[in-house]
Amino acid sequence: MSHSASAAAGVRPVAAAHRISKRFGVTVALDDVSLAVDDGDIHALVGRNGAGKSTLVSILTGLVPPDSGTVEFGGEPAPPLADREAWRQRVACVYQKLTVIPSLSVAENLFLNRQGRGLISWGSLRRRARELLDAWEVDVDVRAPAERLTVEQRQLVEIARALSHGSRFIILDEPTAQLDGQAIERLFARMRSLRESGVTFLFISHHLDEVYEVCDTVTVMRDARHIVTSPVAELGKEALVTAMTGEATGLIALGAARSAPAGGAAPVLTVTGLGVPGVFEDVSLTVAPGEIVGLAGAGGSGKMAVGESIVGLRRAARGTVEIGGTTPRPGSVPAALRAGLGFVPQDRHREGLVPGLSIAENTTLTVPERLGRFGFVGPRRRDELGAKAIGDLDIKAAGPDQPVSALSGGNQQKVVMARALAGDPKVLVLMQPTAGVDVKAKETLLGTASAAATGGAGVLVISDDLDDLRPCDRVIVLFKGAVVAEMPTGWADHELIAAMEGIRD
Amino acid sequence: MTETQTAMAAPARGRITAPRLARLRDLALVPAIIVIAIVGYFVNPVFLHWDNLVNVLQQQSEISLLVLAEALILICGRMDLSLESTFGLAPGVAAWLVLAPGVTHGVGWLSGAWSIPVTLVIGAVIGWVNGLLIVRFRLNGFIVTLGMLIVLRGLLTGISGGKTFFNLPSSMIYLGNAVWLGLPASIWICLVLYALAIAVTGYTRWGRALYAIGGNADAARAAGIRVDRVLWGTLVLASLLAALGGLLLTGRLASVAASQGNGAIFTVFAAAVIGGVSLNGGKGTIFGAFTGILLLYMIQNVLTLAGVPAQWIGALNGAIILIALIISRITSGQAQE
Repeated sequence: MSHSASAAAGVRPVAAAHRISKRFGVTVALDDVSLAVDDGDIHALVGRNGAGKSTLVSILTGLVPPDSGTVEFGGEPAPPLADREAWRQRVACVYQKLTVIPSLSVAENLFLNRQGRGLISWGSLRRRARELLDAWEVDVDVRAPAERLTVEQRQLVEIARALSHGSRFIILDEPTAQLDGQAIERLFARMRSLRESGVTFLFISHHLDEVYEVCDTVTVMRDARHIVTSPVAELGKEALVTAMTGEATGLIALGAARSAPAGGAAPVLTVTGLGVPGVFEDVSLTVAPGEIVGLAGAGGSGKMAVGESIVGLRRAARGTVEIGGTTPRPGSVPAALRAGLGFVPQDRHREGLVPGLSIAENTTLTVPERLGRFGFVGPRRRDELGAKAIGDLDIKAAGPDQPVSALSGGNQQKVVMARALAGDPKVLVLMQPTAGVDVKAKETLLGTASAAATGGAGVLVISDDLDDLRPCDRVIVLFKGAVVAEMPTGWADHELIAAMEGIRD
Repeated sequence: MTETQTAMAAPARGRITAPRLARLRDLALVPAIIVIAIVGYFVNPVFLHWDNLVNVLQQQSEISLLVLAEALILICGRMDLSLESTFGLAPGVAAWLVLAPGVTHGVGWLSGAWSIPVTLVIGAVIGWVNGLLIVRFRLNGFIVTLGMLIVLRGLLTGISGGKTFFNLPSSMIYLGNAVWLGLPASIWICLVLYALAIAVTGYTRWGRALYAIGGNADAARAAGIRVDRVLWGTLVLASLLAALGGLLLTGRLASVAASQGNGAIFTVFAAAVIGGVSLNGGKGTIFGAFTGILLLYMIQNVLTLAGVPAQWIGALNGAIILIALIISRITSGQAQE
């Protein structure tokens, strides 16, 4: 943490925002926020969904003008908004959403709109791209189309592109949300080595552990305001959570309140010898009513494929899935739903929600038979169910007819959860249920899962996030497509991580 | 993640694989074209005669300019349905302005020498209006150009009284009729414009900007590409090409029918998609679009040579489009979204 010390010695901030305010209509997005990022720092920016982080990033990258306040880079006033090139030389942001062009090659993406004058020489463009990536030690084929890159590779390419513009200040917007444990470690190692070569980072994350692992300084925002900026070492975890939530709450302690299910009941979910060649083999598990079972594994362990095979998004080559005593047709989501299953898919943007439809409509997509007879949809009944979901899951919304696209990530995920629960399922399968949501929303989501279990449903949580796995009565660990361990509740973090990474002691 | 990691590292060594595949996709229709040529030869040996091949090329040269125009717009991730009406209206207005009132409708305000410039200016103006509505006012491109399609067709019917313009000045007929170096001028024009477009879309910043905009407009904007300006320019260019295509057909037929170009847009879209241009933007090549329209016209020619009655050509045309789509789906191995 020597860097925060040097910052204290009076190094000029590489980027600074002074007393920024910004409104969108009636919503105050930023209220008199100041932020200074010191040269050579890894500066964390944390806050719950809707705290104003994204708006601050938009202003720092020159995409949105502030209503009042100023932005400075290295002590100089920021360039005019129209001068994109000047902004790119000072600051770059790696967003969660795609900012590469999927159909174009890596090389072309790196030098988009600066391919050189006159006719493009593809040979020399690829050579320049190769040199650039080699210089920053990014091992990616420059000819591959960007859509074939993994999230990790895409982030590295975007970082390299930012550095090639001359920027030495990079904003990473929740870079770890879609990465697995090993990739996160590799990203952190790279951030540290780039810091040694003089690159400054503003790091946005929901995971407080990551803040402590890699960051020097942390700034907390809440309700559009700046709450505190402090060296990481001087701010305890409890204090950080309190700063974020504005109330003194402990870290997630769910499951403790719930007593373990009584033994002897027939399982509601029985998976026998399930296999997809090359992905996972011979996975068997049971979930009893009232039980919460975790299925853990690193990226590439095949845990998501297991979940998709159970819910019918994917068809397993071998094995059977029994839900509540019946065997639904394999590879059919409607059959699984009829058998009494509810599930939260892995990617809410792709499989979870229809963004233009309202909360009520999204919530009730899977249960049209509850809305009216003969295929007619009763709007009143639908809105009742939507309003109930909003109440049950504490969704921050204007009402059941608000489109889900207008909700924050955490609230969108709650809508997905509400839909999984809409049919009063006997079995609830949750795939990465808390990806990219804040601490508070995480508590609500996991609390809802626990409540469903208390109500007699069997819950299967598929995740690599330890917080998701804490409420589980037992955790089954998958490694490279095979079950390698089963741990009863009370496991230690390092044990579980070691099992997920395939390390045996 | 780790699995994909190692999988990605492999092509980095054997660098040839990726671009070769991309090239192959460009050439996906070439085998189909060869097969049709062979089938055509067995149906009727006349098919491979020089004169017949020139005939096929000339027949498709006018509409192929529409395909070129549409492909450029599709690569940007937009679409323009009004091109087929521009194809008729642009030369129609020129004819109307230069023809003396008499047998056909006409006002005779301009001399015959103005016909080509007027045709092209009308094309450019239509493209500019499309751009104004779509790019500037952010109206939905599909509906805007659908409206334009109907309005422009109606204008042509209005000024022509639903009749055909003929007795056209010689300058208007020249391009569609002339023979340069043993080949009809329209074939030369078509081939040169396609070659130019292939070079521009493959090797210039402006051309690559089309792909960037179609692939991810926000990312293109973030990279400093003037998205709106490029889109607007492309719409103008496309309408200009449509007007030129209409001029060529006018020259070949020595007339402008009120229905010139009517219904052509369906063939144009089919050719572009068969040729591998994605309706979602950002994918496909101009060369692919060319092979698409060429394939369609070769098949039609083979059917004609096989003596298929004219009444059946419509149904067969539709069937051909579907079959060609299936063939290109099989040969390219890519889903057409």
